[in-house]
Amino acid sequence: MLEIWQGIQAAFWLIVTFDADLYEIAARSLFVTCSAVAIAALVGLPLGAWLAVSRYRFRRFVIAMLNALMGLPPVVVGLVVYLMLSRSGPFGVMGLLFTPWAMIIAQVIILTPLIASIAHQSIRDLWAEYHDLLISLNTTRSQRIKTLLWDSRRALLTAALAGFGRGIGEVGAIMIVGGNIDHVTRVMTTAIALETSKGDFALAIGLGFVLIGLAIAVNLALHVLSGTEVRDRW
Amino acid sequence: MVSIPPLSVQNASVTRNGKRLLGPVDLEIMANGLTIILGPNGAGKSTLLRLMHGLEKPSGGRVRFAAPRAEAYAQQAFVFQTPVMLRRTVLGNLTYPLTLHGTKRANAEKQALIWLNSIGLAGHEHQLASALSGGERQKLALARALIRAPQLLFLDEPCANLDGASTRDIERLILEARNTGTRILMATHDLGQARRLATDVLFLNKGRITESASAESFFNSPKTPEAQAFLKGDLVL
Repeated sequence: MLEIWQGIQAAFWLIVTFDADLYEIAARSLFVTCSAVAIAALVGLPLGAWLAVSRYRFRRFVIAMLNALMGLPPVVVGLVVYLMLSRSGPFGVMGLLFTPWAMIIAQVIILTPLIASIAHQSIRDLWAEYHDLLISLNTTRSQRIKTLLWDSRRALLTAALAGFGRGIGEVGAIMIVGGNIDHVTRVMTTAIALETSKGDFALAIGLGFVLIGLAIAVNLALHVLSGTEVRDRW
Repeated sequence: MVSIPPLSVQNASVTRNGKRLLGPVDLEIMANGLTIILGPNGAGKSTLLRLMHGLEKPSGGRVRFAAPRAEAYAQQAFVFQTPVMLRRTVLGNLTYPLTLHGTKRANAEKQALIWLNSIGLAGHEHQLASALSGGERQKLALARALIRAPQLLFLDEPCANLDGASTRDIERLILEARNTGTRILMATHDLGQARRLATDVLFLNKGRITESASAESFFNSPKTPEAQAFLKGDLVL
């Protein structure tokens, strides 16, 4: 209990004293995760919609695979991305290993199936409701996808937030591909892991509280900005 | 613009899970008029409408239009028994079919506001469509179907479960559309409504058209025992 109390105090002082290191790693955490969520949403949301409106031979199998990929072990993703980006790997020449870009790539791989799968489930329900109407209105497939994405945007925000939640708390993959280098690739989760391994539990818990606060703040900000639960009651 | 009618249904049938829901049906729909499709529940009225509109694929036979298929479907509209509202505002629902086919948003909104006025929903444009009453939703669905001035309009029991005032408003819109040249096919089992609106009648029973006649002829001297029983209010088995 003492560590938790000390952690709260540490978090408080780190914030009120504008600790430069804290703000730097918090900003990097947000940059990496927000970039990964944005890219994963750009890929995952249309993919989820396309899967909902398309009928093809292996559809059920593809959806089952997508759902299974939601549980991708981050450490394995980190390892594969590491091998791809290492000097001997196919993309080694790009020199991305141990940079925030490598961390973003790993997170995109982890988050895309999660966002696509949640999006698919919401859009599938809306598609069942809209099916006859959109066919009756003589829409093309891309018009259907656009309509479904727009009209289910609040549910899709939830999908993106789920992705953000998973990304901001992720440590395994980004530790491997980022290397937790101070002032380069250190983010909140890898800093917490480092402080824990050093035995500085109070600082680790303090950073943990800041991380939780950050996640809640981003969620609240997005809900307020999008007007969810206020303007519309879908 | 190419004319869709005549529309012909040739030996078409619809079978689902081994059960024949409709057909075989042969039918020719000429330009002008308002055809009422009558029949007991489960007779295949909705299935016939859906088949002609392309929402149902024929298990046998075919549906042919005078115009090429893509153009023919672009000139049609369908109003469902339970109106499907997009998760948008009233204005958003009305402008949707226009913007979908290339009308600029400002022009689409101008047209939509004129329609909202004519269906008595002026002032509701920024309200969510889901917040409207059943009658208002159906009027909005009908306006959405009519806003692109379709040549062919399918109505699947549009006044089911509506009160007298809403039914009167919907019937007014239907008659206005007919008078401006929209060919209308409407399923109902409301005999009073059929008498008020029909120029001709198709009577369906057990998935087959058992009688096809002008409204006057059908209501004054029905030929088949099923139609006679239906008009008398007896059970049609």
